[in-house]
Amino acid sequence: MSPLSHPLVSPPRRDFLARAAGLSLGVVLPGTAWANASKRAIRIGLTPVFLDDQVSFTARWRRWLEEQLDRPVIFVQRGNYREVVDLVRSGKIDFAWLCGFPYVRHRREMRLVAVPEWRGQPRYQSYLIADARNIGIRSLADLRGTVFAYSDPDSNSGFLYPQYALTQSGKNPATYFSRTFFTWAHRKVVEAVSLGIASGGAVDGYVWEMLSEIHPELTSVTRIIEKSPPLGYPPFVARLDIPETDLQRFRTVLLGMADDAQGAALLQRLRLDGFVPGSPDLYDGIARMAEKVRRS
Amino acid sequence: MNFFSNLSLRWKIPLRVMAAVLGTALAVTVALLVKDYEDMRLNLEAHAKSLGRVLANTLVTPVLHDDLWRAFEILQSAREAHPASAEMEAQMMVVLDNERRVFVSSRPRDYPVGARPEDIGGSFGKLGETVVWDEAVAQQVLEPEGSLHYFVVSPLVTDGELLGHVALGYSKAAFLPRYFDLVARAALVTLLVLIILLPVSWIWARRTGEPLLQLATAMEGVPANLESAGLADLPHSRDEIGLLAQSFRRMIEDLKRQQELETQMVASERLAAVGRLSAGIAHEINNPLGGMLTAIKTWQRHGGGDPMAEQTLSLLERGLTQIRNTVAALLVETKTQDRPFEPADIDDLLILVEAQAQARAVRVAVEGGLALPLPLPATLLRQILLNLLLNAIAAADEGGTVKLGLAAAEGLLRLSVCNDGQHIPDEQMTTLFEPFVTGRAKGHGLGLWVVYQIVRQLNGGLTVDSEPGCTTFHIEIPYAETQ
Repeated sequence: MSPLSHPLVSPPRRDFLARAAGLSLGVVLPGTAWANASKRAIRIGLTPVFLDDQVSFTARWRRWLEEQLDRPVIFVQRGNYREVVDLVRSGKIDFAWLCGFPYVRHRREMRLVAVPEWRGQPRYQSYLIADARNIGIRSLADLRGTVFAYSDPDSNSGFLYPQYALTQSGKNPATYFSRTFFTWAHRKVVEAVSLGIASGGAVDGYVWEMLSEIHPELTSVTRIIEKSPPLGYPPFVARLDIPETDLQRFRTVLLGMADDAQGAALLQRLRLDGFVPGSPDLYDGIARMAEKVRRS
Repeated sequence: MNFFSNLSLRWKIPLRVMAAVLGTALAVTVALLVKDYEDMRLNLEAHAKSLGRVLANTLVTPVLHDDLWRAFEILQSAREAHPASAEMEAQMMVVLDNERRVFVSSRPRDYPVGARPEDIGGSFGKLGETVVWDEAVAQQVLEPEGSLHYFVVSPLVTDGELLGHVALGYSKAAFLPRYFDLVARAALVTLLVLIILLPVSWIWARRTGEPLLQLATAMEGVPANLESAGLADLPHSRDEIGLLAQSFRRMIEDLKRQQELETQMVASERLAAVGRLSAGIAHEINNPLGGMLTAIKTWQRHGGGDPMAEQTLSLLERGLTQIRNTVAALLVETKTQDRPFEPADIDDLLILVEAQAQARAVRVAVEGGLALPLPLPATLLRQILLNLLLNAIAAADEGGTVKLGLAAAEGLLRLSVCNDGQHIPDEQMTTLFEPFVTGRAKGHGLGLWVVYQIVRQLNGGLTVDSEPGCTTFHIEIPYAETQ
């Protein structure tokens, strides 16, 4: 196979080819594609804090970001939060949309970029849901000895909050349920509960609300039995050693997203109002819960 | 049974053939269906086993990592593998951990996480009792008694450790519609084959039975009605029926010949008896008759001239002469001295019968002839031929033909007289040559008697063939050849 017929995706190779093409033609061709190709790509990690399985949406979002940043953008998606968190901590990706829980745990290893606003606030809730067909389950207390679905061990809404709630009421989260499991995505927690695999589950309230709009058949067979107090919305973070210009550029793009026509359309798709700069103390509530659970 | 054994072969053979055809078709269909059933079961089982193996391999990691959701997703993806055919679709897929609790299942509401088979009951509960929970048993195909499902149970083994089992449950009922579909199709094909085969075999069977039936019908005519029995249309083949028909025909021929012989013998014996009787009577009559006539002659020569007596004696003489003539006709005797029969005699005969022939517009044709005089008494032969020719002309149709055939060779004179008139009925044949028997209003019935007597006296033979349109008298008379 000749090098030219190989699908070329890695930036250094594209760089080289762009330069080679420019040399052979003797001119530097204008245009964003060529210009983007000559710059280092921005790598952004995504986690299931939103419905990250909407491939067509992420593709459009990526193109929009490329235009705005004037840089190639690569979305990095992984099977669980931890991998993405580790990629940020080790500087392998530039930015990531993370849950508040890993952010507070590794606050010193990453920088806050922006926080989405949902329903007018940079906050959301964790929902504890139960199988709607099981009418006996009215509260977390009724779920004792049942099968419970968590979304991800690094999720605030899908793991930390129910752990905290149990700890607060003096229960041992490790033995309270007969069996627990992780689905590694909020949406799948809803599926697991709606199918009856688990009697209850913990889910991101934002994801549940969005699902109830686009897949009401899933949420209609679940019932919310408890909502957490408002907690800091999953933020966009950057690696610690991110160049200041890059950070500012990306933050500006996110903060201006609601003012851009295409950006607003994308936000509408996510049911988000926009982005605010946010501050680390937004996540103090989560940090307190994490501390409480760790100590118990 | 009695009814069937009495049934005609016309029905029995076709019915038996039908039964054989139906039986064969049924047996073949059933055999094919049984095979299809087995094939389908084996196919399904193979499919289920391979799915079980694949699932067992794939599920090892999720079960080992206690990743319930991943295991569920694997089951879900396996479930949608064959949505087209219902019986290939596992009704239930249950992963059991090494404590035999449900790890996860494709139907979580029916087979909840953490439940034991005995808690669930039903088919699955019975399965729990039949499975051998051992990693040494590779795969088990189980059909718990009274269960609507059968199961393929595969162990989850990694590095020699038993992690659990995957049980795939297949509905027996889901399998049936497709099988019934197959049965319906097979039945249709069988029906089509039968629609073609049955009429053909019915016709063949009828054909096989037909000669037997004809033989039986022909046999019924034996011995009373040999003629029609001999006309039966029996096969000329070389098989057993052909041989039977051949024997039958031979038997009919033999019987006919025997009957003819018997009839002839009876006739000739009677003729002989009549002959002897009439000869005896004739002699007895002739002796006194001769004396009486001589006496009358003597009286007339030397008579007394009494007119009354003259008249009376003359009356007596005429009457006695008539008796003598009649007796003489009865008593045909070969004259020892006679001239040979010459070709010219035939011409004379034709002239003699000419008047009669013309009166009825009958043509007399001669076939063959004589080249030389024959050492046979001419008077007698002339009488034979004259009688036969006159009879033939009288019997021939108006404007018909009478044929006279002559041939002499190797000491045998063959004569034949043939007319195209009405044939002689069978019942008249037996008494044809007897004296005073006549088929006509005119005639005294002595003509053929005389012919017969003469032929017998000349050591000849006489036969009659009478068929509609052709009645022929054949006469054969031996003569001594001069050389």
